[in-house]
Amino acid sequence: MMIETLIAVALIGALVTFVAPNRIAGKLAFAISLVPAALSLWLFAAFDGSGNALLDGELAFESQAAWLEIGGRSISWFVGIDGISMPLVVLTTILCTLAIVSSWTPIDERESQFYGLILFIEAMLLGVFTALDFFLWFVFWEAVLIPMYLLIGIWGGPRRKYAAIKFFVYTNVASLVMFGAFIALVFGLGDSVTSFALPEIATAMLEGGPEGLFGLGGTALASVVFVAMFLGFAVKVPIVPFHTWLPDAHVEAPTPASILLAGVLLKMGTYALLRFNFTMFPEQVEIYAVPIAAIAVISVIYGAMLALAQTDLKRIVAYSSVSSMGYVILGLVAYTQFGVGGATFQMVSHGLISGLMFMAVGVIYNATHTRMVTDMSGMADRMPIAVGILIAGAFGYMGLPLMSGFAAEYFIFFGSFGSELLEYSALFTSIAMFGIVIVAGYLLFALQRTVFGPYQLETDYEVGRAPVHDVASMVVLLGLIIALGVAPDLIFDMITDAIDPIVQGGDL
Amino acid sequence: MAVLELPEWTALAPALILAGTALVLFLFDSINPRSTNRTLLAGTAVAGSLSSLAVAVWFTAAGVGATGIDNYGVIDIMDGQFVVDQLALYFMIIIAVVTALVTVASYDYLRDHTYQAEYYSLIILAATGMSMMAASNSLVTIFIALELTSLPSYALVAILKDNRGSVEAGLKYFLIGALSSAIFVYGVSLVYGATGSLQLEAIATGLENAGEMGGLLGLGILMLIGGIAFKTASVPFHFWAPEAYEGAPAPISAFLSSASKAAGFVLAFRVFTTAFPLEATTAVIGVDWTWAFVILAIVTMTVGNFAAATQENVKRMLAYSSIGHAGYVLIGLAALSTGAGERVMGAAMMHLLVYGFMNTGAFLFVGLAEYWGVGRTFEDYSGLAKQAPFACAAMAVFMFSLAGIPLFGGFWSKYLLYTATIEAAADNTALLLVAAALVVNSALSLYYYSRLVKALWIEDPIVDRDRLAQPTGLYAAIIVAAVITVLILPAFDPIANAATEAAAAVIA
Repeated sequence: MMIETLIAVALIGALVTFVAPNRIAGKLAFAISLVPAALSLWLFAAFDGSGNALLDGELAFESQAAWLEIGGRSISWFVGIDGISMPLVVLTTILCTLAIVSSWTPIDERESQFYGLILFIEAMLLGVFTALDFFLWFVFWEAVLIPMYLLIGIWGGPRRKYAAIKFFVYTNVASLVMFGAFIALVFGLGDSVTSFALPEIATAMLEGGPEGLFGLGGTALASVVFVAMFLGFAVKVPIVPFHTWLPDAHVEAPTPASILLAGVLLKMGTYALLRFNFTMFPEQVEIYAVPIAAIAVISVIYGAMLALAQTDLKRIVAYSSVSSMGYVILGLVAYTQFGVGGATFQMVSHGLISGLMFMAVGVIYNATHTRMVTDMSGMADRMPIAVGILIAGAFGYMGLPLMSGFAAEYFIFFGSFGSELLEYSALFTSIAMFGIVIVAGYLLFALQRTVFGPYQLETDYEVGRAPVHDVASMVVLLGLIIALGVAPDLIFDMITDAIDPIVQGGDL
Repeated sequence: MAVLELPEWTALAPALILAGTALVLFLFDSINPRSTNRTLLAGTAVAGSLSSLAVAVWFTAAGVGATGIDNYGVIDIMDGQFVVDQLALYFMIIIAVVTALVTVASYDYLRDHTYQAEYYSLIILAATGMSMMAASNSLVTIFIALELTSLPSYALVAILKDNRGSVEAGLKYFLIGALSSAIFVYGVSLVYGATGSLQLEAIATGLENAGEMGGLLGLGILMLIGGIAFKTASVPFHFWAPEAYEGAPAPISAFLSSASKAAGFVLAFRVFTTAFPLEATTAVIGVDWTWAFVILAIVTMTVGNFAAATQENVKRMLAYSSIGHAGYVLIGLAALSTGAGERVMGAAMMHLLVYGFMNTGAFLFVGLAEYWGVGRTFEDYSGLAKQAPFACAAMAVFMFSLAGIPLFGGFWSKYLLYTATIEAAADNTALLLVAAALVVNSALSLYYYSRLVKALWIEDPIVDRDRLAQPTGLYAAIIVAAVITVLILPAFDPIANAATEAAAAVIA
């Protein structure tokens, strides 16, 4: 019942906040969000699962209840946590709490609706990472879109309507493609599955695969479904060339929504890729490894180059997410313990670092009302602590040792360089490594222009110290980033434990 | 177990209670013709429809009309002129639910209206007709029930006597209604001429002697389809719907588009499964009548959705969307020739029940907007969420549910309809086309439904509005409909079972 409690607290909290008066909504939502945060940390401490949730692993906090039965296949409420989802659950609850804190300054209208939506999205995200029945998972997956659409559309910047619709349409069409493909797969599996439980489907896929459907043979159907699902999730991740919604959504979204979007929503895509494509279709992974790795490397380099060309701080961070997600895909397709494990580690690490970066950019924007690199310089004079943390975060992004970004990228490169499944793995890895140089380039360029040098600001605002609550939440994130950098085993052990069954131990 | 020994006619109680309520309302009217005691009149109507609902639910739960050892078995009344089975009770539930919601909402909508008692008694009379239609088992009783439904409906559409639009809509509705009634009754006479019977089972038996009159019978069936198309607002007799729904008072639009449509469909399901069994009929008339519904389903859903996408007036958009949904439900008849026929028809019935909540709620929201006097177009609705967040949240629920987004009840029924159609397509490949049309139209519908959500929540108001009142009845009806639309998602199992069993019972 632990997971149900976690989701229920956030959901009921969302309703309570929605009806609360605007004036207290922010503090109320913060107080409520501490409950799931504390609970998820307790779950983390009490975590006793082992193995992979889809491959006969021991689930932690498992619970199951019948829901529907139609046409010989049952659908159930089925939730549980394994080593892949545990860190993501903690990431979600912590980032949601911090996102609420970081909204106190910028959000000044319809507060109760805003905080209600944040808590609602938290509940749905927790559902995405814990659901183990396809339908249950899909309900949560789609339900995340609605609050995010409204968060961008109502509280966003000047072009918010365009950005919100673009986000909604892109991700929804992608979901439809993925959904249709997966349903076709389940039909294709025929009588070998009697439910929509993901472990059962994964087992059926590994022990024979689909029989075929509508004239397609079993292998052909599996390949079509693999490609369709990959495309569906690629939009969410996003991978070049499906990334164009991301900068629009990020730039227009209010800071807290950006934190959740970059920190958690993008991870939904990579998490789903890992759970579906890379767990259920090992043969197709092998067949399509080279094109996928090529797309991953292109995302890394092209995303970084795009970031290099921006002058809007938020756009820079947004495009850098495209680049970072490229690393995740590279790690996944390497299909080794370190590759896939590193990719999962990168999901958490990037969630923390990009959350921190967006928060820092938000703090600067709240004070200066501009995000243009060209409009400001010498911010370090006026808000030394906030800027100090921003610089630390940027170095985390660049992969400074002893920060989580370094550990993640090291694992990924280590895993992908020696991959046996991926041809030309050394070539792909070395090109991808070059991405780090570009990352360092654009981040240093942006920092040098904005925070160092003599103080100057184009807008008419008096810039003082950053608010204490914002600094405090950035310090929490920075602490986590350093903690994971110094001791990656805090989560890497449980991640590899869940990864091993996928790559069958793997080499390296 | 059949413990209670009641006379058989009591099985019609849900319809009889409605009839009694209408008489009580007439009594009130004759005692005090000028009474505008809204609480008494609306209260009586609500109490009547709720008791009808309670009895219908109780009967369903107790197994009235259900076959099987522990149940009462199908109940024939008046030598098979009426029949109470699971199908009848299922539709009586839908009709009673919609009637209850509409009468609750009318309490506020009619606040300054002169003809209070007439209004409520007409609604309850029409509901009586619909409820009778669910149980009618002979073309005579069907026609009587049809007229009992239609005549009050004409008056109700035109009840705003000083409003040009309302009167014009009433006249158009009446003229087309009269024409289609004439066509229907001519169809009845042709069927009678060919088979020598009016009772539905007797028609089925009479088919074998109708060999020489195949053409006549075919024409008769075609004319019956015409009558059904009028009642369900399907192509080719759909064009009254946008006019009538737009001109009528919004609660009446809700009533007609939800309850009246459901009644039309139960008529279609009953007549075509009982009177015209597929093989026997095909042998006589030489064509498989499901083809008519394959074509009508595709055309109706496409016409409805494409027209809805171009509307500027919210009520007209909902009217066309209701035509689109009639197209979805028609699939239930289109797939009867296949092995999965009962599942498709069951799914269509589920869709009608969910539709009863979400569509009624949506029209009642339009009623609320008319009560506020904010105008009729999307633009006029801009920014209402700032002043009325709860009603607008409910409307967002209705819109997303109509579009089939997973968090709401509309997702299940649409999904089950889709998968059942795909499964049926194994026997009739034309149904693949129907399934494709369903997907394309659903995707398109998301555009215009989300457009309304965008107007309500994201756009800023174009004019300054005064404080909006919060009428209790309208609010209660809308919120209840929204809550149920959400709760249907987790509690779909009993609905799915009831619908599938009811469909299986009439098809077998």
